[in-house]
Amino acid sequence: MSSIDINIANKTFNADGRQHCAIADLQLKIELNQFVCLVGPSGCGKTTLLNIIAGLDSQFQGQITLTEQARQPQIGYVFQNPRLLPWHTVRENIELVFEQTPPAQLIDSLLAEMQLADVQAVYPQRLSLGMQRRVSIIRAFAINPDILLMDEPFVSLDAPTARQIRNSLQNLWLQRPHTVLFVTHDLREAIALADRLVFLSASPMQVVGDIAVTIDRQQRNDAEQIEQFRQHLLQHFPAINSLL
Amino acid sequence: MFSRFLRHHQTLAALSLLLLVALWQLAATLLHSNTLPTPIKVATVLWQAIASGELPYHLGATLLRLISSFTIAMLLGCGIGVLLGRHKTLDAFFDNWLVIFLNVPALVTIILCYVWFGLIEWAAILAVVINKLPNVIVTIREGTRTLNQDLLEMAQSYRFSRRKTFVHVIWPQLHPFVMAATRSGLALIWKIILVVELLGRSNGMGYQLHLFFQLFDVASLLAYTIAFVAVIQLIEVLLLKPLDKKAQRWRR
Repeated sequence: MSSIDINIANKTFNADGRQHCAIADLQLKIELNQFVCLVGPSGCGKTTLLNIIAGLDSQFQGQITLTEQARQPQIGYVFQNPRLLPWHTVRENIELVFEQTPPAQLIDSLLAEMQLADVQAVYPQRLSLGMQRRVSIIRAFAINPDILLMDEPFVSLDAPTARQIRNSLQNLWLQRPHTVLFVTHDLREAIALADRLVFLSASPMQVVGDIAVTIDRQQRNDAEQIEQFRQHLLQHFPAINSLL
Repeated sequence: MFSRFLRHHQTLAALSLLLLVALWQLAATLLHSNTLPTPIKVATVLWQAIASGELPYHLGATLLRLISSFTIAMLLGCGIGVLLGRHKTLDAFFDNWLVIFLNVPALVTIILCYVWFGLIEWAAILAVVINKLPNVIVTIREGTRTLNQDLLEMAQSYRFSRRKTFVHVIWPQLHPFVMAATRSGLALIWKIILVVELLGRSNGMGYQLHLFFQLFDVASLLAYTIAFVAVIQLIEVLLLKPLDKKAQRWRR
């Protein structure tokens, strides 16, 4: 388990010979075991931020501090596209992220929770996108990460499938809480999942709103509660409208 | 009924081969010349050459050269190809070298190797390797350039070891390119090897063919050719095809 201290002074891209500033002066502290949703317009640099936290991108000025004693924190990353290895079966894809012997029982129960037990010996390209997404979520969950990064994992899924995976995600997280950074466009989805909403502006990306979600975890399935909270948010912070 | 019979792939292939032999027989009968012996004559010569042990000896010598030069060229080529595909500066620096080596005629490298190092075994192998190497490098370099960045990032974020990344992420993507290099490589190498043997070795297929040319022994020449083509086909069917099939089983 780990908290995250984000302090990015500057992150620029070289686009067609011109410097494009993606992130400028971003400070954010994510508490231990907090479920944080990052909401912001597309192209504002959310994926860049996750990549920086995951250590995939080191070309920036600033510092990311992951507070984890004694060892490097484990990171589970659910990318926007599933990124499964097509030449390995569903189960092999999950087992591959373990350094030691993969825990068969845990993988079995995760596959069952995500309703993928029947297809564990199938190659990913034969599955629908929704199923591939679920595999990539299991892969991230299975290692019991200190930090879980999720980059719009439900985008382009049909509503019932998205709702089903969202419920599974909630169940899993309640069973084994860890620090989550969840990027989304969808305010209802964010309210349903998060402890805390962080609103981000278009690039250069900055924090423009930081709101705790006060709905009880048990009532998150209640669409009316979610809608009420959403209306309340939009009334009190009209600036949010321009970010969605 | 007949068309369904024909549609059967293997039957079709066998029929076409049979037709080729029949045409050959017809031409040989019509020409009635020593320069085009009949298929039966060639088959007899082939059998005698195998029975006497002469053909296995020379074919073996050539195959040994083929295996050693092919292995060296593939290993070196894969290593250098991956390196050039990953590092833009290195690639820009050595690109000219590649173009030059790709365009030097095979005969020139062979003669130079013999002149510089003498008519010895490893000079012959070196000549073949130098001819083959640029092709492998170019193919593998292309393969490395098309490596999927998304999957590499996935491997990095899940802290795959270098070995794991290579075996499970990089190698499966390079595999089709390695197979392409293998196929084109075998075809290229066995043609070059014959020239190498013809010019400077005292055994092997090239040496024998040269001998038959001097004796105007077309029957032996054809018999050796058939044996060689058969061996190359066997390598394809018994080794390359199964390898391909195993590696492609995940595709839709």
